[in-house]
Amino acid sequence: MSALPASEKTVEQTAAKMNVIQAINLALDDAMAGDPNVIVIGEDVADREQGGVCGVTKGLSTKYGALRVRSTPISEQAIVGAAIGAAIAGLRPVAEIMLMNFTTVAMDMIVNHAAKLRFMSGGQTHVPLVIRTMTGAGLGSGGQHADYLEAWFAHVAGIKVVAPSNPADAYGLMLSCVEDPDPCLYIEHMPSYWTPGVAPQRGTRVPLGKARIARAGSDVTVVTYSGMVGPCLAAAESLAKRGTGVELIDLRTISPWDEETVLDSVAKTKRAVVVHEAARRFGVGAEIAATIGKALFGSLRAPIQRVGSPDCPVPFSKQLEAAFLPDETRIISAIMKTLEPA
Amino acid sequence: MANTPVPTKEILVDIYRRATLIKQNDERFRSVIKSGKLAMVFYSPRGQEIIPSAISANLTDADYIVTIYRGVHDMLAKGIPLKLLWAEFAGRATGACKGKGGPMHVTHPATGIMVTTGIVGASLPIANGLALAAQVRSEKRVAIAYFGDGASNIGAFHEALNMASIWKLPVVFVCQNNKYGEHTKLAYSTAVPNIALRAVAYGMPGVTVDGNDPLAMYAVANEAIERARSGGGPTLIEANTFRFFGHVLGDNDAYMDKGEKAAAMARDPVPSFRAWLIAAGYAKEAELSAMEMAIEREIDEAVEFTLASPYPDPAELRRDVYEKELSA
Repeated sequence: MSALPASEKTVEQTAAKMNVIQAINLALDDAMAGDPNVIVIGEDVADREQGGVCGVTKGLSTKYGALRVRSTPISEQAIVGAAIGAAIAGLRPVAEIMLMNFTTVAMDMIVNHAAKLRFMSGGQTHVPLVIRTMTGAGLGSGGQHADYLEAWFAHVAGIKVVAPSNPADAYGLMLSCVEDPDPCLYIEHMPSYWTPGVAPQRGTRVPLGKARIARAGSDVTVVTYSGMVGPCLAAAESLAKRGTGVELIDLRTISPWDEETVLDSVAKTKRAVVVHEAARRFGVGAEIAATIGKALFGSLRAPIQRVGSPDCPVPFSKQLEAAFLPDETRIISAIMKTLEPA
Repeated sequence: MANTPVPTKEILVDIYRRATLIKQNDERFRSVIKSGKLAMVFYSPRGQEIIPSAISANLTDADYIVTIYRGVHDMLAKGIPLKLLWAEFAGRATGACKGKGGPMHVTHPATGIMVTTGIVGASLPIANGLALAAQVRSEKRVAIAYFGDGASNIGAFHEALNMASIWKLPVVFVCQNNKYGEHTKLAYSTAVPNIALRAVAYGMPGVTVDGNDPLAMYAVANEAIERARSGGGPTLIEANTFRFFGHVLGDNDAYMDKGEKAAAMARDPVPSFRAWLIAAGYAKEAELSAMEMAIEREIDEAVEFTLASPYPDPAELRRDVYEKELSA
C-alpha cells in the first residue's frame, strides 16, 4: 500500500465500502496488533461463541488467542470490574456490555469505580478502559433492549461518552478510545450496523471531543449524533430543495462535547435544533441548548428547538415504535419552527 | 493457638509488628478524633488485626490488594507509609491521594494498595481484574480481595467468584467475618452458617479459619496465596473475627447481645499473641516493648505531620478528573 502514489491510494480507499460492524472489528484488530496490552472481554466475544451476537469481534480470539480475547459469563458487574482492575494494572481492556440497557446492571462499577478512581486516588491510578455497548429502537425489541442512556453517563465526571454514526468514525473513534488514558463508553447504533458507508483510512484516529460538520449550511444549525445523523441528513436534504441551508453537526463525542464547533456554527446561523433518540426530558439536548442560549442569547433569532423521544419506555408494536422514534418529518417540523418569523 | 506448623521466628514477629501497628494506630485515631483535633467518620478495625497481618506476611509490594471502607488495617498491614495514611484520612494535600479520596478511598500503588471502595462487594470484581492482568502477562503477582460477611449477600460477590473460578485467576477472596453487616447479625441476613460454604457453588476451595489465631491464619493464607501464585486458581477464606467498636465509631451497640462485645474484647487477639510469643520463646518482652515504642514515635510523627499539613487547593477540583486538567 505504501508503495502506491498518494493520489491512487486516496482514490482506492474512497471507493471502498464497509459497515460499522466491519469498521469496529478492523479497529479492534489494529489496536490488538499494535499493543499487546489490549484485551477484549464480554459475553460471546470469542470465536467459539461466534465472535459476538452480531459478529463485531469475529476472528479476534483466533488471531490473538484465548488469553487476550475471552467470552465471559453473563455477569455484567464482573465484566466491568475485571476490566477496571486490569486497566489499573496497565492493560487496555475493551469490555463489551452487549446492550446499553445491561449497563444498568453494572452501574456501580462504571459510575462509582471506573469514572472516579483517577480522582479519588489523586491521580495515582487511572482506568484506560473502553466499554462497548449497542442500542437503538427500530428493531422491535421493546422496553429493555433499545434505550439510549447516554445522558446518565454524560452526567458523571470522569468518563467520556462516544457515539459514532458511520463506519469511518466508528473506526477512528475506537482507536482513540483504546488509546485514551481515561474510561470511555462507546455507544453503537445497532439498527445501522449493516449499513455500508465510506471505509475508514487505516490507522486514522478521530480525536475525542471533536465534532464533524456532516453538511454545511448557513440558515440553521442541527446538532445530533449516533443513529439520528441519518434522519437529520435526510431532513437537511429535503430542506435544501426548498432553499433552506441546514448546517448539520455530528457531535461524535457526547462528553466532552465540542462546544466550539457548535457555538461557531450557531453564531453564524443564529438558529439551532438539537436532535437525539433518547428521551427529550433531561436529555443531552437540554445541556446543549442551555449552553447555546447562554453564549448566544442576544443573537438568536428563534427559541432553540429540541427533538427527542417522548416520555415513555421504548414500545414494542411497530406502529408505536414508529411514533416513538424521531424521524425526518419531526426533525423538519422542528427546524421550520426556528425559521418562522418571531 | 492452632495445631499447625509454626512459621519462623522472623515471620511470627513480623505478623505481630503489623498487628500491633494496626492496634496502636487505631487507639491513636480514636483518641485524636475524641480530642476534637480531627473530625471524620471512622470505621474501626480493632479486633480484626491478625487477618491482614498474617495475609501480608505472605505478600510483597508487587502483590495487589483491594480493600473496603473498614480497611485501614488492611492498608497498614500492606505497608502504607503512616504519614500518607494519616494525612489522607485528615483530608490534607499531603495525603496519599492529595486529600481527594479520604478514608474510604485510600490508594497507594507503591505498596500494592490499588483500590479502596465504599461500596459493599465491589472489591471482588476489581481484584479479579488485577489478577487477570497478572495472568495475561504471566506475572507471579496475586490479588487479595478483602470484604466483610455482609458482602457475601450481594450479587458482585457471586459474579466475581464464578468468574475467578472459570478463569483460574490468581486471586484470594478474604472474608473478614466480624458477625455483623452494619447493624444486622449474620444469622438474620445470611442463609448459610459459614460463608466458606459458598465456595462450593463456584468450584473453588473454601476454608473457615479463626482469623484471630495468627498461626492458623498464616497457614491458611500461605496455602491460598501459593495456590494462586502457582496457577491453581482462587480460594475463598472466611476468617472469623469480631469488631470491637461497632459499625462506625460512636455506635451504641444496642443491636448486639449483652456481653457479646465484652467477651470478644476479653479475647483481644493482639495482647494474646504478644503473650504467646514471649511464653513460647519467640520474642523477649524488651524486644516487643522497644518495637511498640518505635511505632508510637512513628505515629507521633505522622500526627504532627498531618496537623501541620495544608488543605488541598480548590483548583484540585479540576485535576485528576481526566488526565487533562479541566479548564477553570
